[in-house]
Amino acid sequence: MTEPVITAEKLDLTFQTNDGPVQALRDVNLTINKGDFVSFIGPSGCGKTTFLRVIAALEHPTGGHITVNGMTPDEARQSRAYGYVFQAAGLYPWRTIAGNIKLPLEIMGFPKAEQEERVKNVLQLVDLEGFGKKYPWQLSGGMQQRASIARALAFDADILLMDEPFGALDEIVRDHLNEQLLALWARTQKTIGFVTHSIPEAVYLSTKIVVMSPRPGRIADVIESPLPRERPLEIRDTPEFIAVAHRVREGLRAGHSYD
Amino acid sequence: MNLVIGALVFWGAAWWVNLRIANGRGRDTRAARLAVPVLFGLTLLVLWEGLVRGLNVPGVILPPPSAIATRFAASLPILWVDFVQTFVKGALSGYVIGCGAAVATAIIIDRSPFLQRGLLPVGNFIAALPVIGIAPILVMWFGFDWQSKAAVVVVMVFFPMLVNTVQGLAASTAMQRDLMQTYSANYWQTLLKLRLPAAMPFVFNGLKISTTLALIGAIVAEFFGSPIKGMGFRISTEVGRLSLDMVWAEIAVAALAGSAFYGLVAAIEKGVTFWHPSQRG
Amino acid sequence: MNRILPVLTVVVALIVLWYLGAVAMNAQWTRDQAARAGQELSFTGIVADTLSQDRPKLPAPHQVAAELWQTTVQKSITSKRSLVYHGWVTLSATLLGFAIGTGAGILLAVGIVHNRAMDMSVMPWAIASQTIPILAIAPMIIVVLNSIGIQGVLPKAIISAYLSFFPVVVGMVKGLRSPDAMQLDLLKTYGASGGETFRKLRLPSSMPYLFTSLKVGIAASLVGAIVGELPTGAVRGLGARLLSGSYYGQTVQIWAALIAAAALAAALVGVVGLIQRATLKRMGMER
Ligand SMILES: Nc1ncnc2c1ncn2[C@@H]1O[C@H](COP(=O)(O)OP(=O)(O)O)[C@@H](O)[C@H]1O
Ligand SMILES: [Mg+2]
Repeated sequence: MTEPVITAEKLDLTFQTNDGPVQALRDVNLTINKGDFVSFIGPSGCGKTTFLRVIAALEHPTGGHITVNGMTPDEARQSRAYGYVFQAAGLYPWRTIAGNIKLPLEIMGFPKAEQEERVKNVLQLVDLEGFGKKYPWQLSGGMQQRASIARALAFDADILLMDEPFGALDEIVRDHLNEQLLALWARTQKTIGFVTHSIPEAVYLSTKIVVMSPRPGRIADVIESPLPRERPLEIRDTPEFIAVAHRVREGLRAGHSYD
Repeated sequence: MNLVIGALVFWGAAWWVNLRIANGRGRDTRAARLAVPVLFGLTLLVLWEGLVRGLNVPGVILPPPSAIATRFAASLPILWVDFVQTFVKGALSGYVIGCGAAVATAIIIDRSPFLQRGLLPVGNFIAALPVIGIAPILVMWFGFDWQSKAAVVVVMVFFPMLVNTVQGLAASTAMQRDLMQTYSANYWQTLLKLRLPAAMPFVFNGLKISTTLALIGAIVAEFFGSPIKGMGFRISTEVGRLSLDMVWAEIAVAALAGSAFYGLVAAIEKGVTFWHPSQRG
Repeated sequence: MNRILPVLTVVVALIVLWYLGAVAMNAQWTRDQAARAGQELSFTGIVADTLSQDRPKLPAPHQVAAELWQTTVQKSITSKRSLVYHGWVTLSATLLGFAIGTGAGILLAVGIVHNRAMDMSVMPWAIASQTIPILAIAPMIIVVLNSIGIQGVLPKAIISAYLSFFPVVVGMVKGLRSPDAMQLDLLKTYGASGGETFRKLRLPSSMPYLFTSLKVGIAASLVGAIVGELPTGAVRGLGARLLSGSYYGQTVQIWAALIAAAALAAALVGVVGLIQRATLKRMGMER
């Protein structure tokens, strides 16, 4: 179970902006194994989004090396390796929920009958049966975000990349979605990269927590979680959980320079 | 004199009723929203009729609405011929060609940011010009019949439509485009499935602006020469003969055609962009 | 800055297209003339002739430029052939009409915002009127006013006023209504009167909307003034130049009048834009 899916070596990325170069990533080394749930945590601007985008070939590194399933990110994208979930659900308002989930399937040329089949399956997976014919704006924020996860799952990508997917939702909805996400992960055995601002969320969900620090963006600490894969919500009150959270907080504090 | 007083009394009464409705409890109902403007329009007509008749305003200055209505009913065949000539042949064909060409152009220049940056300011500039002035030239080029009117309409609607479509094609968000990229969607898939649907509110904005422009272009172009039919032709010749009831009848046709055309496009818009917040409200 | 090059390219391309169009459209006449004279014309001969005809189907840009030069700089501005003179005739009607239309439009908008009955009665008609080709009544207004002895600048100004009136009403109402409930509630907690709320919140918030409609309105006013010059067989104004040009087939004159009208429109919209910038800057609303 330690087959590497994503390996990054000495990754650098510098944006050329009108105000001069901005180094978003410096010397990032990381290996993500198959079936890992990896959280990226760190203050705003430390390069979490950028790193996720590099994995998905939405940005290209200016230095270093990255492989996904032994290929370049571009090749991996061609082979439909990524399901990407953004902070906003970003569903197309002119398509129904089912139509939105079909969007990637149409683009990738799945046969019609299989499209229907897959839509049905993923709607079930995210607990949205019966909402296929609704339009996005008729659903709550949490349901929209679940629909966007369904859209990312529809074509069976190996890797699910999620950039603060629950950041805009309230705490109670968020707890609920976290539980569901863990269940989904257990059922589908996907590799998940997950960006968050919340320490409890990162610790609750992850097998591996990557703590990042800003200016320039780099990895401050990588924490392998000792928690079991099976995690009820109450696990957040156990000493093990609090110990991991403490270590994450220490890592964040070390990366910060308050001068 | 009685007519004048009667009209003024009606005005006062209607105003009082409207005040009652507008400040009453049922003021937000559909019925109230319809009744108030209708009553207001009716008041204008009654005032017009009463004042013109009561003060003996000559028909060559302002005919009363009843005379216009009579003339309208009596001249249906002529009005229909004029309508077909100006609206169906001139305005409508020019509208379809002009809007179609503009959307096509927008898609063609879509792949060249350079051309867009150049054409957009130029298009915006031309859209603000008195393009109607080109009518005499186009009448010379394409003759007196409807073809020259259609050409004027094409020129008038092209630039507003182009500017709106180009803006619309840029309306999708970076996140939506990134999503398409994670699917490795190609240019045409992105255009068809994302950018064109996202552009529709803008496209329809252009289409709505163009309805009025098309009718204006077709009518005014006839002032520069036309066969002996058409709404613009009729207006300018009947004005010359001081038969203003016919002019007003023709104007009524123009108003009806204009608002019906606009209403039709707006109805299609409602069907196509039902998802847009401005249509949901 | 990086817009200048693309815009220049497009403008140059348009001028090149214009020249090509002139050659293509005027060549027939050139060939006919040569055939009648029994001459054989070379390609360069044809091109040279198409760009220097007296009454070309499409005059070349330099011919129009020469006509513009002759009828502006080289004529005294009181001359009947001076475009500056004709331009002024049209401009004065435009400005007068625009002032009337804008003033009336703003007043009506204030009334609409403050009186529900007026809002419900008038607003639907104001919006609907924008879908109607109002310009069609221009000839009638001119002729009727003429017959009761009103001539000159006023009838045209009335058409201009009419055309700028409705955009201003609609835009200004939108602007006066643009403050949201929270902003209005805030002023209420200060115990502000209706008048104060209007001056301190509604009026300033309406400015961006007002200026957007003013730009539309002034362009419409100019079109109104030009079209208002058509029906009486007027002899003065840019519209009259268009009309007489089309009577006598003086294409160069038409194009010169057209370019003058375009320049006038651009200048008017530009001036409104400058005033907008200055006003919004002073109010700290600059974008
Ligand atoms: N497209 C871009 N162009 C220029 N700078 C960028 C771009 N994207 C991100 N950056 C910069 O890179 C840094 C990291 O950004 P990001 O990855 O979005 O951070 P995070 O997601 O951790 O908040 C920031 O300083 C940001 O301003
Ligand atoms: Mg981010």
